[in-house]
Amino acid sequence: MQKSLRIDANKCTGCLQCEMACSYENYGVFNIAKSRIKVFIFEHEGRKVPYTCTQCAEAWCLNACPVDAIRVDAATGAKVVNEATCVGCKVCTIACPFGTVNYVADTGKVQKCDLCGGDPACAAACPTGAITYIDADWTGLDKMRAWAGKTDTATRASA
Amino acid sequence: MAWTRKILRVDLTNGACKTEPLNMEWAQQYLGQRGLASKYFVSEVDPKVDPLSPANKLIMATGPLTGTPASTGGRYSVITKGALTGAIACSNSGGFFGAELKFAGWDMIIFEGKSPKPVYLSIENDKAELKDAAHLWGQTVWQTEAIIKKTHQDPQVRVSSIGRSGENGVLYAGIINDLHRAAGRSGVGAVMGSKNLKAVAVRGTLGVGGLRDPKAFLGAAAAAKKVLADNAVTGQGLPTYGTQVLMNVINEMGALPTRNHRDVQFEDARKISAEAMAEKRPDGKSHLVTNAACFGCTIACGRVSRIDEKHFSVVNKPEYWGASGGLEYEAAWALGAANGVGDLEALQFANLICNEDGFDPISFGATVGAAMELYELGILTKEQIGLEAPFGSAKALCELAQMTARGEGFGKDLGMGSARLCAKYGKPELSMSVKKQEFPAYDSRGIQGMGLTYATSNRGACHLRSYTVASEVLGIPVKTDPLTTDGKADLVKAFQDATSVFDSAGVCIFTSFAWSLADLQPQLDAACEGDWTMEKLAEVGERIYNMERLFNNAAGFTAKDDDLPPRLKTEPAKTGPAKGLVSGIDKMRPEYYKVRGWDANGVPTQETLDRLGL
Ligand code: SF4
Ligand code: SF4
Ligand code: SF4
Repeated sequence: MQKSLRIDANKCTGCLQCEMACSYENYGVFNIAKSRIKVFIFEHEGRKVPYTCTQCAEAWCLNACPVDAIRVDAATGAKVVNEATCVGCKVCTIACPFGTVNYVADTGKVQKCDLCGGDPACAAACPTGAITYIDADWTGLDKMRAWAGKTDTATRASA
Repeated sequence: MAWTRKILRVDLTNGACKTEPLNMEWAQQYLGQRGLASKYFVSEVDPKVDPLSPANKLIMATGPLTGTPASTGGRYSVITKGALTGAIACSNSGGFFGAELKFAGWDMIIFEGKSPKPVYLSIENDKAELKDAAHLWGQTVWQTEAIIKKTHQDPQVRVSSIGRSGENGVLYAGIINDLHRAAGRSGVGAVMGSKNLKAVAVRGTLGVGGLRDPKAFLGAAAAAKKVLADNAVTGQGLPTYGTQVLMNVINEMGALPTRNHRDVQFEDARKISAEAMAEKRPDGKSHLVTNAACFGCTIACGRVSRIDEKHFSVVNKPEYWGASGGLEYEAAWALGAANGVGDLEALQFANLICNEDGFDPISFGATVGAAMELYELGILTKEQIGLEAPFGSAKALCELAQMTARGEGFGKDLGMGSARLCAKYGKPELSMSVKKQEFPAYDSRGIQGMGLTYATSNRGACHLRSYTVASEVLGIPVKTDPLTTDGKADLVKAFQDATSVFDSAGVCIFTSFAWSLADLQPQLDAACEGDWTMEKLAEVGERIYNMERLFNNAAGFTAKDDDLPPRLKTEPAKTGPAKGLVSGIDKMRPEYYKVRGWDANGVPTQETLDRLGL
């Protein structure tokens, strides 16, 4: 079964545990400047929104890369940057409509979410369940269940 | 590394920024943040110094767990000699600034001297420089942050700054970071303003790595997070209701100081409670928008609210219509019950003004309470204040907040704090304060341990130096009777020493609703070099408390200053469970000195000093 990250911004408190986990997983240091997931805090609306790569099926970044440094991980479906091949030309960062591929000056390569090889550190670290890793075909299941619960069959039957 | 082992020393007089290695011997004795920065402070500053003179210093310090995934690991503290109190001040703040400072590679910044003109400190990892702040002087905290982000072209820079109140010498001005988070008490912002230092802007991209035993640390941090999640207060109460969960509880106990401590129960407590914040208003929306966390916090007690656009305080002021931080319990009490004001929207407006221009809502609200009593007694007149100011006037509260922020008219008097205000008008006994710092939201007649807490707090009246409410009200770690003085000396000492450790570690004291030192210890031990046993931590806590005390004694404080205002000792509580009671402070004080190993004058004995290596 293919899985994908599901983000429920309503549950997010803005604690940044996910950002620390992501940087630690990939660089062995707690450093939100190196996180691939970013939490945006919209102060005046009181909203906190975590955002990372959605692993597009027809990935712009992958198609734009001139050296084929971005490949699909067959196991997870993640679009993964091969650092050894990446030349740091940044074309993918321009191609991605969502801004989720970014250049890392320290390495001279780009980075993006690779789903941690199928065990996302951010989801494990999130204390509120704002990030979960679930069946890619059923990311709407929770919402469906919530609406199903509101469906009033009793009224229908008596109508 | 838990410590970056680097200190930034900023000489404001000549503009030099220098790097120094951290004294690791001291780190082993004082841990970090509050303890370690206080050690530097007392070693370098004459206790007799005028707090607003260039000879005072101001330290911003992180702890060893700041910037790590330990829950709430984002705290930093400001240590200086307090402008309001003249005692050692240590104000702790959450938000994101502390972690950013650590990520930039610094354990602490020591500011000394005074800049000839307004400046701000800009830090980008190891690059630190003072920049001209002429364009920032006169701006609010919120404008300052916006301007710095714009000029740096960097929305990710974190800013700590003073507002106009700190520039104007409001003696309880604080330092605000991330718009709504405050190193709030004792006037640390007034000290910053006196140095012509407007703000500190930090961008840190180095991160924190190389903890002593990363695997053990992550395990200990995860276990401690589970303790927080499973606890009723930190897992449910605080995230759902915030600290405001206390309003109705404390009122029912008859320990909600009302109208400058004339009463101990507030008839409108419900209207300004967490429950009221969640209810639908006439405009169809609730006051509360959401909760929010500080860096790394898995509790998320923070409140984010929106004022009713039709409320008189914000009519035609769309800049205040957005979501903003507050109300927390202490602010809701000080702006509300302390003045008899039961208008939730007005309290949030006054709270916004406190955040926007950087002053402590506790001291401000309580000072308004004192002014309202002086007004009711006919000592202050409408002409002197500029408006009618009886207890309960929401309009007066909102106006006075703005006058204090701008330093206009009677706002100047209010900016002195209640002790100086009441002395000026001939009624010093009406200031509800210890060491010139106003009480927070618990009455010492209904919660006896808090009276001793206030009287012996090293930074003046404060609940965060030993929150015995946890034991006396909530039963954490064990339930004690709030109405008796028995055992409170031991209780207060234990809380004070443990709190000193939490405040020196880089974590939030609210974790201690669920954590004891035994939950903190494995995280510190795995993160920090050295051997951090329970015994060592207990000793570190006691050492810190005594070190602060020695500074205050040398600054001229004596046993006489460990006392409560006469009202709390002679006017019994009128209603509620504590009805008929006064504070038993005179009984508890000598017991406490004995437990502390201090003589009858409150001076640590030689034996105590030797035992603690002081
Ligand atoms: S799945 Fe892994 S790489 Fe992707 S955002 Fe989460 S922690 Fe980072
Ligand atoms: S860890 Fe979860 S709650 Fe915290 S900021 Fe990330 S998504 Fe939000
Ligand atoms: S408990 Fe509240 S104040 Fe403490 S770190 Fe968490 S959100 Fe901040």
